[in-house]
Amino acid sequence: MSQPILSPVHYSPGLWRLAAQRLWSDAIGRYSFLVVAGYLLVVVAVLFGWVAQDWDREVAVNYAPPSGWVTAANRVVVPPSTLVVSGPVPLYGWTDPLEPQWSQAQTYARTASREAPHYLLTLPFGADKWGRDVGKKLLKGTQTSVWVGLVSALVATLLGTFLGALAGYYGRWTDDALNGLYGVLTAIPYLLLVFAVAAVFQQKGVGTLILILGLTGWTGVFRLVRAEYFKHRSREYVLAAGALGASHGRRIWIHILPNVSHIVLVQFSQNLVGFIKSEVILSFLGFGVPVSSVSWGSMLNEAQNELILGKWWQLAVTAVAMAIFVTAVSLLTDAMRDALDPRLRQ
Amino acid sequence: MNGLGFFVRRLGQAILTLLGVILLVFVLFNWVGGDPATILAGKMASAQDIANVRHQLGTDRPLWEQGLIFLRQVLTGNYGNSWATQEPVADIFRSRLGPSLTLLIPMLLLETGVAVTVALLVAALRGSWFDRGVRVVSTVAMSVSLLVYILVGQYVFAYLWGWFPVKGWSDSWRLNLTTYAVLPILLGLLVSIAPSIRLYRSFLLEEIQQDFVRTARAKGLSEMRILFVHVLRNAAIPIVTNVLMGLPGLLTGAFLLERFFAIPGIGREIILAVERSDFPLIKATTVYVAMATLLVNFVGDLMYRWLDPRVRLE
Repeated sequence: MSQPILSPVHYSPGLWRLAAQRLWSDAIGRYSFLVVAGYLLVVVAVLFGWVAQDWDREVAVNYAPPSGWVTAANRVVVPPSTLVVSGPVPLYGWTDPLEPQWSQAQTYARTASREAPHYLLTLPFGADKWGRDVGKKLLKGTQTSVWVGLVSALVATLLGTFLGALAGYYGRWTDDALNGLYGVLTAIPYLLLVFAVAAVFQQKGVGTLILILGLTGWTGVFRLVRAEYFKHRSREYVLAAGALGASHGRRIWIHILPNVSHIVLVQFSQNLVGFIKSEVILSFLGFGVPVSSVSWGSMLNEAQNELILGKWWQLAVTAVAMAIFVTAVSLLTDAMRDALDPRLRQ
Repeated sequence: MNGLGFFVRRLGQAILTLLGVILLVFVLFNWVGGDPATILAGKMASAQDIANVRHQLGTDRPLWEQGLIFLRQVLTGNYGNSWATQEPVADIFRSRLGPSLTLLIPMLLLETGVAVTVALLVAALRGSWFDRGVRVVSTVAMSVSLLVYILVGQYVFAYLWGWFPVKGWSDSWRLNLTTYAVLPILLGLLVSIAPSIRLYRSFLLEEIQQDFVRTARAKGLSEMRILFVHVLRNAAIPIVTNVLMGLPGLLTGAFLLERFFAIPGIGREIILAVERSDFPLIKATTVYVAMATLLVNFVGDLMYRWLDPRVRLE
């Protein structure tokens, strides 16, 4: 977006500046924006490795309960297991084939015993089954889930906008073909479609997740963008651009797109919430992130077994973090819609 | 005449879309998914074993031949045997449909009834504390993951307080409906009702602001009659659409509910099938559900005419 030229006499702010002003003056819009920005900061911080890099280290005893401050008295020193054998083992004339490895292991055991590991008895957010800090896991899990949601929403929005623009602008057989594809994808319930695609991709991982969600989730954006292009393609400004010799591509991407971009933005944030919920379900069922990683879904999966033992903290922390983010994005979406299109406001 | 032309055109469209679904499923499972023989043959399989499995599955045949086989399966409704259990896919559907319906039909009925009633009240009292309260509660309720509802609900109501069995299923549908299905239905309602209320509220609000409502009030009709007869009838189309859209979901069941409560329904079967790479079952489900969706859309179009004579079928 080019910045409008500001002069004291003719001050006419652009759509985005106006929308940003409206969003900021709305209390709900402002606070939800700040919360979402906070989460994005966490994502960036974890992605660049500033925090929670050591989320999978054992720092506490199993299921250390949550408690306010960690003090020195809160530590327990675990005596290192000794690998020293009491006496020589009779070998009956054979040479021990494992002798080098065995002596090396004993050396390790001796050096390790000097720095006896001490485990925390409590942590601010508690610990999981392996004594990992739930707080750090939450940061890492937030990063995974929000990142997957962001990138797959980006993929889906770009794909939907691209196809929707082509279908809406060109009409005729382009529209028929793309609309047919839309009809096929929407004839299958969303979650079933996601499962079917997940069954086909054998490899687990963040990349696969993004691919699954992005490739199946573009239909909503497509429908709206297509309808907008239908409306805009015969408006005067587009006809004028055509008369001035603007090519089809220029008319689609330079002239019309900025005029429908607010719809795309709102769809993006709506998809973000939907995809994060899908990621959580997929990861929970074990079709999502691999075991070596952690996301909100895999944390809820662990929490399922912990709950029976009465260890509620991982569930509570994950559920609250997720609920806050989803609420904030939903409210921000509504506020953005109001700010970008004041006519809709009721 | 006009109606007949519409009928034929929509039918043609539906059949084309179904062909598209068949093609999509085929491309996904026979081309992209390729060859799960290495997984199905087990961890210590020799090349010979894998070739055998491949031959049994038919994945060693040329793609066009596989395509014809799949098309014949769709037309005859005979999708062969499950790769994991060797049970005929048709039998799996027959035995799993009952439990899924036992769970989902009461859920759909209850949800529609409760959501429409609450939405009517909220729309009539818009702007009041009740309206705002419902809006806040449903925004918060929608933000909590379905998984959390199920986890906590199962733990608190079934495990801690023992009001319901934690999980299970029986052979008698009466017992299922009164004992085993109650908690899953309630939890399912908790999740699905908030978005429905919000949606129906917006449909109803649109009608409540119309002139005919004022006229009805001026005639001295009771508020009850205005809401439940005049307004509801006019808002029926979007509501019916929404309910109809939920119908094909009956076929896939509520994946998570069935899994958590060990209900032997179709949804649980699909999750198992995804875990085991049991392609025939997933293919069959996808095609069946797409068929149901298209049928429902078709019926829905015809129903609109009946609900609202102003609708022209074009």
